[in-house]
Parts: sequence; C-alpha cells; structure tokens
Amino acid sequence: MKYSVQLVGVGGQGVLLASTVLGTAAVAEGLEVAMSEVHGMAQRGGSVQCSVRIGQDILSPLIPKGGADLLLGFEPAETLRSVAMVNRDSTIVTNVSPIVPVSVAVGQGTYPSVDDILAALRSVNEHVIAVDATALAIEAGRAITANAVLIGAIAAVKGFPLPKDRMLEALLQAVPQKAVDINTRAFELGYAQVVTERGQG
Amino acid sequence: MDKLLADGGRLLLLGNEAITRGLIEAGVGLAATYPGTPSSEVGALLEELAPRAGMYFEYSVNEKVAVEVAGAAAVSGVRSFAFMKHVGLNVASDALLTLATTGVRAGMVVMTADDPSCHSSQSEQDNRFYAKLGLLPMLEPSTPAEARDMVLEAYRLSELLAVPVLLRTTTRVNHARGAVDLHHAPKPQAKGRFDKDPQRFVTVPAHARALRLEQVKRTERALRLSEASTLNFVLGSSRLGVVASGVAYTYAREWLKDVEILKLGFTYPVPEEKISRFLQGKERVVVLEEGEPYLEDEVRRVAQQYGVVVEVLGKRTGHLPRAFEYSPDIILGLQNVLPVRPGPAPVPQPELPLPPRPPVLCAGCPHRATYYAAKKAVGPEGAIYSTDIGCYTLGVQPPLQCADLTLCMGSSAGAAGGFAQVTDQKVVAFIGDSTFFHSGIPPLINAVYNRHRFVLVILDNRTTAMTGHQPNPGTGREHGGIETPSIPLEPLVRACGVEHVRTVDPYDIAATIGAMKEALAHDGVAVVVAEHPCPLARRKEGKLVRAQYRIDQDRCVSCFTCVSRFSCPALSKEGKEVRIDATMCIGCGGCAQVCPKKAIEVVE
Repeated sequence: MKYSVQLVGVGGQGVLLASTVLGTAAVAEGLEVAMSEVHGMAQRGGSVQCSVRIGQDILSPLIPKGGADLLLGFEPAETLRSVAMVNRDSTIVTNVSPIVPVSVAVGQGTYPSVDDILAALRSVNEHVIAVDATALAIEAGRAITANAVLIGAIAAVKGFPLPKDRMLEALLQAVPQKAVDINTRAFELGYAQVVTERGQG
Repeated sequence: MDKLLADGGRLLLLGNEAITRGLIEAGVGLAATYPGTPSSEVGALLEELAPRAGMYFEYSVNEKVAVEVAGAAAVSGVRSFAFMKHVGLNVASDALLTLATTGVRAGMVVMTADDPSCHSSQSEQDNRFYAKLGLLPMLEPSTPAEARDMVLEAYRLSELLAVPVLLRTTTRVNHARGAVDLHHAPKPQAKGRFDKDPQRFVTVPAHARALRLEQVKRTERALRLSEASTLNFVLGSSRLGVVASGVAYTYAREWLKDVEILKLGFTYPVPEEKISRFLQGKERVVVLEEGEPYLEDEVRRVAQQYGVVVEVLGKRTGHLPRAFEYSPDIILGLQNVLPVRPGPAPVPQPELPLPPRPPVLCAGCPHRATYYAAKKAVGPEGAIYSTDIGCYTLGVQPPLQCADLTLCMGSSAGAAGGFAQVTDQKVVAFIGDSTFFHSGIPPLINAVYNRHRFVLVILDNRTTAMTGHQPNPGTGREHGGIETPSIPLEPLVRACGVEHVRTVDPYDIAATIGAMKEALAHDGVAVVVAEHPCPLARRKEGKLVRAQYRIDQDRCVSCFTCVSRFSCPALSKEGKEVRIDATMCIGCGGCAQVCPKKAIEVVE
C-alpha cells in the first residue's frame, strides 16, 4: 500500500503542522513515511506545499503529478493551483475561506469567486469536498483551529488509510495542553461534515 | 525537542533533526553556524539541546568564523561541526580550504546545505565542487535516516584521514521527514588540549608545500576508503544502469523498474574501480543527480580511463536538466531511455486564472514602513536601491520596489560605493542588523575610507528573521548558559568613521522620512538605523502587544492609497471599501499614517 497526500495553503496557515500530524499518525500505525516540507522564505505569506507519503516501500518525499490520492487545500485558490497533483479518482478536500494575496491589491491579478474555484475543481475531479473550516472552527470555539477541522475532515475520507483515533491522538500531541478540548471539537466537526457529505454522495 | 536526547526508539524526524541527532550520537563537542535555509533548524535545535547534550554551540557572526571556531576545536582534539547554507560556504571557503591542507586531529564535519531551485536562496550552486577544490572527502545522504548515519560515518572518516569531511545535503533532504531509529548517545568530549605543531598548523610557504604533498597522499587513502565504503552500493541486476545520488536516488527507486542502480553516497573521491565494474557490460547508463553534471563527468572520466565503452546519458546529452531540483516527474520523463513505472494521469489544469502569491513582508513588518518612508524621502527623482539578504529583500515586490541589486550577504554597502562612484544617481543601501554584523562592516569602512556618498539604512529588527529568528550580536546572547549584552549599532557605526548616524523607529513614518531626508542631504556616508523589533519574533516570545485598527467608511474616499502604496497583506479592497483582516492586523498603525483622509483609526 502506498498513499500520498499533498497539502497546500498559505504560509502561516498551519500546513506544516497538519502534515506533521499525518506523518506522526502513520509512524504510530507502523507504516513507513516520507515527507517533504517548505521552510524559509516561502513561509512569509507565500504559497506553501507539503507532501506526505505513507505505506510500504516508501522512499521518495515528493509525489509525481497525478499521484496524490488526496489533495488537502487550506485555501481555495491554492487548492486549484495544485490540482494537477491529483488524478480523476483522487479526493480533494478544500477549505472555502479565501485569503486574497497582496498581488491583487497592486493589480497583478484578480481573485476568482469561490464558487468559480469550486466549479473549476469539479470540472476535472468528481470527488471534491468543500469544507468551511473557518466557520466550523469558530463553532468549535476559535478560528485558529481551522487546521484541526481539516485534519478531522481527511480522517473521514473514503480510502484514507489511517484510523480516526490515530489521527486525533497525533493532533492532540501537537497542540498545547490547554487547547486539547477545543481541537477535539474542531476535529470532530470536520470529521462529521465529511461523513455527512459521503452519506449524501 | 527533548525526544532528540533519548537513548533509543524510533522517531519521525525532519532531515535537520536527524542530523542534529547524529551530532549527539557522534559525541560532537562543539558546533557553530551562521543561520541559512535549508540548514537553519539544526541551529534552533542546538540552541536548546546543546548544553544538555554536553556540547558547546554558537551562532557565529558569519560562516567563515564558524569554520574557524570549529577548526580550532578539531585541531585541539574536540569533535566539531560547522554548518551553513550553500552560499555560506562561499564565505567560509577561505578558512576551510586551508584547513583542508593542515587537516585536523579530532573529527570535523562541515555541512553545506544546498538549495536547488532556490527555494530560499539568491542562487543555485552545486557545492560538491568545493570537495573537489579542497580535496575534501564528501558524503551525500538521500533521506533523513541516511543523513544521521552519514554524520556518524563522516566523523569516522574524518578521524581516519585527519581532515574535515564535507556533508553535502539539499533542501529535499534537510526538509524531508522520515522515521529514524535512534542509537546510543554517548557523553561528548567538549574539552581538548592544543599541542603545538607549527610545521602543520602555521601555513608559511615552506610548510604549505609539505602540506600540499600530504594532502595529495591523503586523497589516495580517501579513494581506497571510498572504494570500500558501503555508502556506495549496487542494487538489482540489469544491462540498463543508473548511477544516482542524493534525493534523486529515492525517485529512481520508486519510479524506475528493471534497472541496476549504483547508489553513490561517498562522492568525493568517487569509487572509480567500483564505477568501472558497474559500467562493464552495460548497454546504457543514466546518471541521476541534481545540479551540475558532477558525477556524470566522473563516470565519463572513469569510462575513458578504464577503457569501458558504454553509452552514458545525463545532462551532457540533454536527457536531464542542469537547472533546478529533480522530482518524480523528471524520472517519469525518462520513459524513452529507461523503463519507468507510470502512475495515473494528472487531471488537466482548469483555465481559471489565479493571482500570483509570492512571499511578502508580513502584516506589521517594520521594513514596509521604512521602505515607504525611504521612497517618500527620495522623491520622484528616485534612487538606486542596493539591497541585501534577508526578509527585506521582499521589498522588491510592487508597490515598494526598494531593491535594484542583491548579490550576497553584505553586498548592499559594497555595491552602493560602486554605484555612488560611477553614477550621479542617489544611492540608498539597505541591510539587516544580522547581515550588517555578518559582512556589512568592512564595506561600510570601505565607504568611509574611500569617501563614497550614499545612505546606508540598517533595518534593525533585533533578530535574524528570515531563517527563524536567531539571535545575533545586536541582540546579545541568552542561550547555552551564556549571556552577553547587545552590541549597539550606533556607536559601532560611528567607530567605523561615519559622522552622520540617526536611529529612528520606522513605525513613526514622518520621523523616518525626516531622518532619511537629512541623511540624503549629508555629503558623505550617512547611516540611518531603523529600529523596531520583528513582530513575528515578538509573537513567538509572547511579547507582541497588538492593537486593532478599523476604517471609518464615512471618511474613506476610496483612494486606496493604503492598499496600493502601503500594501499590507491585512488590507484588501472589497468593492469600494477597504477591509482590514482582524486576524492578520497587529495594529502597527502604518496604514493610518499613510491615509490622506485620516480615515483609519485605532479601536479603543
């Protein structure tokens, strides 16, 4: 078994933390892991990509185009920017809260509507799950737990190889003690949303 | 990070964590660095762990000093480690290339962390040539686990050969993550004794000639070790051969099939007999390495020298790129010359255009205010902006565009002198506090000495921000049980002979414009120290005092000066209105100061 996850977002959104949670859960599950992260200049509000590969006979930290079984996008435009990482059968989980880059304010481009972004994603892949992670995080108690929502969401994706409990355990190891309850709530809200969508699908 | 001090177990480690663990397992007594991505995390870890591991660690003022400090430790019998990004080795090379002739007594390893594709660098540079230049044995890991193993092997080799060993990594090894089984961690020997031996360590020409002969002989011994090394091994059996190193080896393993792979981990000197045996009987050999055709040329050389006739494909034949890092896709692109394992086809990229998202100065970054003020003071006639290496290089982006030349650490002040000498344009140089200490002081003295006329702005954010907020001489030291006071900039600048020096807080934009105008009017070198702590660093320390700003939509005339001239990422246009993202805004008040209608106000 080999399973590849591409995580994308904007520097400062917690993409790195989420990928570490995935990797930690996989090691705890006794699987091999190879990951690649982005540190340094790109973290200053730029596009950020991380890859996590888990399973057996895993060596490469990077994923070829079309090779991601799951694309987790923390920001809708960034999800679309990296959509070529997936194939027709992959799953895409994307947050729907936009972060408009400064380039738009200085006239270097326009930010499309989130509906257009979702439509573009759905035009090439039928397994797009849109999650309003920010709204669910606020429901959980704090906007900052949006990444816990997304981690919970992928744990519910069909074919995702790591058990829900392992994912939650790895998440809770990575957050401060005082934030355990709120992150648990956020994780469960994300999980529940994908379970509901799967039921409808 | 306490887990890195454990005496056993299996951990998911970042390449740089694995390397740090290797240092602990190797009993390294002294480590020194100047921060640089992709090597920086090693320093951040040692800052915390070194004292508990019985190791001395320092942020040296620059990479050359780091190698000198580590070199002295190694000739005194203490295992040492100096580490830096690829361009850092350019700075350190002067010291390292002579240490390569004197050799060392205890193990010394120098890590050069190369950055193919320039993720966080001003250039792509293949530092394997430093091994060739200094006849320094070199190891190249492919994964985090192998990086830890190679740290241990590098110390063994360094002591067998009595010479520093180069550990050459790349971004996709330093910033890869994988499982590592921990070994026993001994107590290091942090104190040694220097026994004098001037014939070896004082490199006057007569001694240097003897050392050169010794260096050549040592390289022959290194070659025998490379031939015997288990870091150079063969996998599989086929008439189609692949020679692979670094992270490219992991791609070859997963996306090629039915090939015989010669994996090279000990890459200077290359194991020529092993390579010649590998080449014999092959129908075709493809060399997979990032960067320059370093191994490829060695393979061709060995084929010629050992009389093996074989087709060798790589960068020289146009089958593989010389620029930028490799990826699984590059390996899959070799389908016409090697059997590959293709995966499912990627979906097509939809045509919806997306705005670019390059990295930008953060919300509340004091550099933004400094640049805004500098441009205001310079006025419409403009200036040449000679800039330097750090977060502030991001000032190149519109609308600030305060960057016209960036070469290397410290180049802002040196190049400003040249511009001032040959043009009649105004010249403004920007340099960060840490960069100024690193290599900005000699060019400032040069400017005074040769009477160049320009303004040097020291962007003093009280930290080394870009690489993760490491301390520097301007902040003083508070780690590893050693405390030193800050070295203040203004007296230092005056001592360099600069007569006009002013310190301002860039959050006060009017005062900064005033200081810049005065400096621009000065006949000679003028220095403005724009001092305000990096808000990201303050937040990490839990000391950031935030305020909240809001737009008074009645007073706002939708001129968008704040958005389009000040360009803080917390500000955006929404229809006819300006919106402040409350989660991003830290309340620096810069936008309120640039608003011509005073429509942006602090929320009480």
